Amino acid sequence: MKKFGERVPQSFFLVVALSAFSILALITVFIFIEGVPIIAKVGFFNFVFGMKWAPSQGYYGIFPMIVGSLSVTLGAVIIGVPVAICCSIFLAEFAPVKLRNLIRPAIQLLGGIPSVVYGFWGLIFIVPAIRNYLGGPGLSILAGSIILAIMILPTVISIAEVSMLALPPLLKEGAFALGATHWQTIRSVLLPSARSGILAGIILGVGRAVGETMAVIMVLGNAVALPTSILDPARTLTTNIGIEMGYASGEHQQALFATGIVLLVIIMILNAGAQYAVRRK
Amino acid sequence: MVIWSAATLVIVLLLSIIFYILSKGLPTITWQFLTEIPSDMGRSGGILSSIVGTLLVTAVAIVIATPLGVGTAFYLTEYTHESNITKIIRFSAESLAGIPSIVYGLFGFIFFVIYLHLGWSVLSGGLTMGVMILPTIIRTTEEAVRAVPPMYREVSFSLGGTKWQTMLKVLIPSALPGISTGVILGIGRCVAETAAVILTAGSALRMPTSLFSPTRTMAVHFYILAREGISMERAYGTAALLIILILVINIVANILVNRFVAKGR
Repeated sequence: MKKFGERVPQSFFLVVALSAFSILALITVFIFIEGVPIIAKVGFFNFVFGMKWAPSQGYYGIFPMIVGSLSVTLGAVIIGVPVAICCSIFLAEFAPVKLRNLIRPAIQLLGGIPSVVYGFWGLIFIVPAIRNYLGGPGLSILAGSIILAIMILPTVISIAEVSMLALPPLLKEGAFALGATHWQTIRSVLLPSARSGILAGIILGVGRAVGETMAVIMVLGNAVALPTSILDPARTLTTNIGIEMGYASGEHQQALFATGIVLLVIIMILNAGAQYAVRRK
Repeated sequence: MVIWSAATLVIVLLLSIIFYILSKGLPTITWQFLTEIPSDMGRSGGILSSIVGTLLVTAVAIVIATPLGVGTAFYLTEYTHESNITKIIRFSAESLAGIPSIVYGLFGFIFFVIYLHLGWSVLSGGLTMGVMILPTIIRTTEEAVRAVPPMYREVSFSLGGTKWQTMLKVLIPSALPGISTGVILGIGRCVAETAAVILTAGSALRMPTSLFSPTRTMAVHFYILAREGISMERAYGTAALLIILILVINIVANILVNRFVAKGR
């Protein structure tokens, strides 16, 4: 038995370790094989910048969805990032240890709640509130932005907090020794020093917002028209796939895979950006 | 102060979501709800088949992802030095972690369901989820193995232990809390996932009889009940059960992390 274990060579572990790479390659290849033909047929420009999505008539333009994804994500960043950064400053600098040990798992829990539950909660609370106080159908970009803002909190908070805690204590002590107040130290020493980590957290949060499907399906209204205000319903790249994959076939299904390609490319660019931001430290 | 109110806001949001779902859903959770098969599209009966479906999909995912993830982490920490290969592996794992679940759903559908002819099934859903949680398991295991003090290895080697023996008898036991944390977080993601599972395991309400039966996990069941307004009462009940499961999973993960941190000191 002992001999068997010793004979397990390094190359065996290498094969196992390459699974992540092989899976990434498989995912990319299969999504592209399914999606590229329809992009080639419709034309790249017509697909990405086309204004009309009507699969039954052969129109496959996803520009309204790209605008939908971008605006919902931008809204989530505007609402969520300031709250997240304040919260991470609180955890790293102000919270008493006991409180911190209570809040950290709570935020982790926030990240574990199923996205459908967030969507449902948004449908019950956020959507009617928007309809009653701001007008419009309620199912809107604003509703999607609020829900996504909540959903990206755990990602941004934890990464921003870790990058602030990782700063050498000397930085803070130096600022204090020069007579800076706690708040001055945070603003002019700690935040700028932790900038690349915080940026990485924000980029990963953006990735999560762009990729989220189920929560957005429930609060966004899913209209395919180009939205003109944040109170309009919209459709994102992810929800386009989520809604229509259930019944699509043929070219229509290929067009959804092509939507997946666009999504995958956006996410890969964001990931590369986050990894670059982390390395720059 | 702004800082305090931001932290308070986050906690209030969390509590309000949890309490709302639990207060609406807990009354529905009875023994019958947990042990009966749904009938009439989920309008009446319980959610037993969804509970079983969730467990099966999760089990397949864990069985696939744990050996691959742990093996990868051991390769990265024990069997090699930093090189282009480790860079590629790390880049792949980080990229996989960022891919949206709906894209995993598309991949699982075209690869497992169609290309490998597995159909909408527990197996397709489980394999897709296994691929999805792989990065989590790699990352937590790698951190855990790196946190094992170098002395442990040195003592084992000095006593004549081989690399394999050291790994089996020293590193794995020491890193076990960290590895289990990764596995438990993976279970949490499987339980919570909707988009990827609905495209690969399907949404059949029947009790799954084999790995090749289609099934509807609890998260998917909740989504369909709530979206199509089939039964709000049962939707809330399912959501409450999901929240309780996630709570338990998080508490267990935290206990393990704390034990792991205490050991590292």
